[in-house]
Amino acid sequence: MASETIDKTGIVKISNGYRLQFEEAQDTWVLLYPEGMIKLNQSAAEILRRCDGERNIESVIELLEKDFEQTGLENDVVGFLSVALEQNWILIASA
Amino acid sequence: MTANPVNQISTAESDTNDRPGPPLWLLAELTYRCPLHCAFCYNPIGFDQVKNEIDTDTWLKVLREARKLGSVQCGFSGGEPMLRDDLEVLVAEARQLGFYTNLLTSGVGLNEKRARGLKDAGLDHIQLSFQDSTRELNDFLSNTKTFGLKQKVAALIKDHDWPMVMNCVIHRLNIDVIDKIIDLALELGAETLELANTQYYSWAMLNRDQLLPSKKQIERAEKITAEYRERYSDRIRILFVVPDYYENRPKRCMNGWGNVFLTITPDGTALPCHTAKMLPELTFPNAKDQSIESIWYDSEAFNHFRGKSWMKEPCRSCPEQDDDLGGCRCQAYMMTGDPYAADPVCSKSPERHHVDQAIARATQLPAPNPQEHKLVFRDPKASGKLSEGRDGAAILLKR
Ligand code: SF4
Ligand code: SF4
Repeated sequence: MASETIDKTGIVKISNGYRLQFEEAQDTWVLLYPEGMIKLNQSAAEILRRCDGERNIESVIELLEKDFEQTGLENDVVGFLSVALEQNWILIASA
Repeated sequence: MTANPVNQISTAESDTNDRPGPPLWLLAELTYRCPLHCAFCYNPIGFDQVKNEIDTDTWLKVLREARKLGSVQCGFSGGEPMLRDDLEVLVAEARQLGFYTNLLTSGVGLNEKRARGLKDAGLDHIQLSFQDSTRELNDFLSNTKTFGLKQKVAALIKDHDWPMVMNCVIHRLNIDVIDKIIDLALELGAETLELANTQYYSWAMLNRDQLLPSKKQIERAEKITAEYRERYSDRIRILFVVPDYYENRPKRCMNGWGNVFLTITPDGTALPCHTAKMLPELTFPNAKDQSIESIWYDSEAFNHFRGKSWMKEPCRSCPEQDDDLGGCRCQAYMMTGDPYAADPVCSKSPERHHVDQAIARATQLPAPNPQEHKLVFRDPKASGKLSEGRDGAAILLKR
């Protein structure tokens, strides 16, 4: 799975059984799953928040670039999503 | 619930010298009642002394206060949590407060109607425990007829779209059929399988000579597990938890006393670990009369073994003390009689021979025969007899 190249037209969403949530007590976004928790750094959280099961990866990138007034985020985003996919945090459905 | 529910904690550590972080993990042991009689049960030997289960409102208070402090994972466990008919109410409240909600069940009592109720309540995850994969051994080990039922429950879990996590406690009597156990998990569509070697507390400690596998058995099982892992990596995640007796450093028990983990027992007693009640001289606070915040931060019991200041030699001057925090207080107490001693699993402990002797005894015993076992099954009668009426009774093996 690790070596799969990511299809940027695929629709991306958080995996079944995982939940993205802001934790006030820890002042951070976390990803919750059966009996565990991953603390997310800010960029990971911003990416995952936009993986809503409606957008494809291209539009996740576009939206991030717009919201943060930046360009050239594609490599970082795709890099992170590959790790997330490998860890089973997300699902990518081919369009 | 069967297994140690905290094998998998992968939460953040907090600095043990500063004000501790919140109890990220809340384990709600709703009842000690259970239709099964597992010989490796984690419940206290004296479980049958605990009759005064706290009511729904007190549990709701516990959930709200813990969540406010920052608890985020909530496990509903027991005993058999399905025996509480307010389970759905508690899950709904927990979920609504923002907890990730886990149900740890043997599956008894989980029918279509209750599954739907739990789904509606927002339950996130069910961990289903299997004692073994073959009917005979399963029935022997849990001492009741439950295997067919677990197959039905596994199907219910799938139908309701919960992640399917199976747990099987591993010991000397089933470790040699570990391939069958994994096959079964695959057949049932489990996405995660935890093969958790028995940890020797409470009932398992009573039965240790018969449950502790030999090193050879463990190595064989690990090898088979690794082969399966490779072959089915796209279908199932398999965790294999080695018994710490075969390590030479103890585990960082509960990730540190009063660090991330809070258990509330059926009568409302708050513990830093579900076996801690056995420790002498400590009085644990009760959620009926105190807030979770004051229990966690201010109570003597939760501060007693927090951090490192309680340590004595060899831990006190040990360069590795931050790695394991001296190991498990209950294990130290059970085997050395001293709750302040280094965990005897540690090769630096002057009392390591207690562990080595246990291994030697277990390895010398003839091949186990389920028909002629001398296991003590967990049941109310045995509980009353063994605990002499004290719910915090400990099994001490200092010889
Ligand atoms: S008897 Fe078995 S199923 Fe019941 S609480 Fe104990 S370990 Fe869990
Ligand atoms: S001596 Fe104590 S602190 Fe050092 S490794 Fe052993 S148990 Fe851990």
